[in-house]
Amino acid sequence: MAAGAATGRDAAGFRRAGGAAAAAVAAFVLGPLAMVGLAAQGAVAGLQPGDGAALRFTLAQAAASAAASVALAVPLARALARRRFAGRAALVTLLGAPFLLPSVIAVMALLAVFGRGGAVNAALAAAGLGPMSIYGPHGVVIAHVFFNLPLATRLILQGWQAIPAERFRLAATLGFGPAEVARHLERPMLREVVPGALATIFLVCLSSFAVALILGGGPRATTLELAIYQAFRFDFDLGRAALLAALQLGLCAAALALVWAVALPAGFGAGLDRPAGRWDAGGVFLRVQDALVIAAAAAFLLGPLAAVLAAGLPHLAGLPPQVWTAALRSAAVAVAAAVLTAVLALAIATGRARGGARWAEAAGMLPIAVSPMVLGTGLFVIVFPLADPAALALAVTAAVNAALALPFALRALLPAVAEAEAGHGRLATSLGIGGLARLRLVILPRVRRPLGFATGLAAAFAAGDLGVIVLFAGGDAATLPLELFRLMGAYRMEAASGAAVLLLALAFGLFAVFDRGGRLGAAD
Amino acid sequence: MGLRIERMRIVQEGFTLDADLAVARGARVAVIGPSGSGKSTLMGAIAGFVPLASGRILWGGADLARQPPGERPLSILFQDQNLFPHLTVADNVGLGLDPRLRLTAADRQRVAAVIARVGLAGKEGRRPAALSGGEQGRAALARVLVRARPLLLLDEAFAALGPALKAEMLALVADIVGETGATLMLVTHDPQDAIALAPETILVAEGRAHPPRPTAALLADPPPALAAYLGRNAQGASAAADAPRAGRAAAAVRRGSAP
Repeated sequence: MAAGAATGRDAAGFRRAGGAAAAAVAAFVLGPLAMVGLAAQGAVAGLQPGDGAALRFTLAQAAASAAASVALAVPLARALARRRFAGRAALVTLLGAPFLLPSVIAVMALLAVFGRGGAVNAALAAAGLGPMSIYGPHGVVIAHVFFNLPLATRLILQGWQAIPAERFRLAATLGFGPAEVARHLERPMLREVVPGALATIFLVCLSSFAVALILGGGPRATTLELAIYQAFRFDFDLGRAALLAALQLGLCAAALALVWAVALPAGFGAGLDRPAGRWDAGGVFLRVQDALVIAAAAAFLLGPLAAVLAAGLPHLAGLPPQVWTAALRSAAVAVAAAVLTAVLALAIATGRARGGARWAEAAGMLPIAVSPMVLGTGLFVIVFPLADPAALALAVTAAVNAALALPFALRALLPAVAEAEAGHGRLATSLGIGGLARLRLVILPRVRRPLGFATGLAAAFAAGDLGVIVLFAGGDAATLPLELFRLMGAYRMEAASGAAVLLLALAFGLFAVFDRGGRLGAAD
Repeated sequence: MGLRIERMRIVQEGFTLDADLAVARGARVAVIGPSGSGKSTLMGAIAGFVPLASGRILWGGADLARQPPGERPLSILFQDQNLFPHLTVADNVGLGLDPRLRLTAADRQRVAAVIARVGLAGKEGRRPAALSGGEQGRAALARVLVRARPLLLLDEAFAALGPALKAEMLALVADIVGETGATLMLVTHDPQDAIALAPETILVAEGRAHPPRPTAALLADPPPALAAYLGRNAQGASAAADAPRAGRAAAAVRRGSAP
């Protein structure tokens, strides 16, 4: 009977809509890439000596960040896997938060703790040690660990929880201690999971821009993404920017192939709040060890955020008016991105569920392979001869973030829409429910949760974006992250910390509104 | 002129079904046969879900081939998923009047009247999860009533219900087709259903849907495939009184394996 969902005029209509959405996404990604290729061929000067250093630093910091994140994540995930304590569920949920956290906020947060006037330097001074600086290559890596330790922990925790509870019970009946459990259960799991986590974080860090922009820079700490921006903004050398973008594209494609080769781990798994019964980890030493690991990780992850909140809250009321207008602009961009993501993802997912071709799904996943600066470079090359890029800055920011959120949206929506069609498509078809009525009456009520999550993700991405906007923005019409960046550049740290609190509230508030909207009144 | 199936052939992976038969307008016909013989496939073809390899299906002399499922002159109820779980009873029934659910005041009155007719008055605003199995069946039948199509296909629609509830549902079905003059085709595992409701029966076995035959005669002298299915020897020697027992056994087996 599955044929019923895929045959007929109505199914053909859905397939056409899905195909059109997928073609639009493909054109939006591949068009700029083609322009990057053309512009790179026309580059006059070629690469400069500093560009080789940028390539080396990009690879080195991504490798170091991945290694450090995973190395710290293993003991943290192990502690979370075998302990139950009050607040555990909240902590695991919080581990998902950096995914939504605007990168500029993360940097602000680290500056608040590790910066010149931060708690760490105060402690060092009290101990009679010289001040440490968060600027430079190690700062970039610390920021990346701050961002990716939670991601690594979630990925590895999934591995731990994929070990059936029965195995631990069997281990207990055989009298296994912690060493035997590690040897027979945990290390084999880690061998499966760790390469994927390393590759994923390596890929994420390859396209690091905002962190390198603020904490890095100079010959020792410039990533390719940052080099693209500088070639644009300071040298106005489009050809060299395109050349660097082509290099970055090749790097990301290779890293993506690496990620797929070592099995793409599921991004955010459900059910991470249910620890399996454990009988091997009751020793006092292990309890203390786990408690210390969890406390240290919580301090490292939550301390900076608490510091940024504490620093910013008093200055929220006295924020200059342009910060509030920037916040309004960011909210508008976020809503536009969310709507665009929802329309594209729904069109592609419903087309696919009605027998559409696989390529449409693949086209929707394309944005995962391109970095924001590469896409931005290509778009700039297209737009520049036709219009003032600054006039399109907000529209481009919305569109790029919608595209970047689309792969995640599709991952959430494709199975949900397929399930709605499989369960109720036949009944809908027998009653002649087609087109928009089918979407409204049959599909949407059944996919509200994943749709709310996906749109919330797109909104948070767009609200916190400090990437493409810096290529396109002119003097005015700044978004909130850009305004925040400018305040930092002008050393107006009080206003900047206030703006950071506002941005934090905006990004998480928008996500919560969309995500809650999906849950409220969701069917079943 | 009712339903005509002309030299129809359906080809699916490792499976073919042939049929060449007619069902008179207003008739009540049971469709019976072993599991996997193609009873549901036959219903799916009439309803427009299963494509034909060759042949035609006609209603009132008109070929149905170009009509999508929702426009065919029929209503179909499946074994499950006959109601949208996120819509109220009134909306589920209202979809039978307008697939976009844009209902006029008169439509809403009609919906309310039909819901009362099937005994669900006062439950218009409930969602299916808040109804019993029998009430869910009644809600689905209310939608059949408002659609008022001349052919009703029941594809084991009430097989998941207990015997008493199923009998109650089938009595309501009999009333409805009696009132509306609709033609009824009813897939069932249970010979008792056929005896109770359908003067004629289509046997589907060994890749073929046979023309309808009088139910009593068919069950009294079953061809070998049906006899094997009913659990009787090929001579058809056993009394018709055995039929209920076989039917109950089949129903019990079915309930045991039902989800």
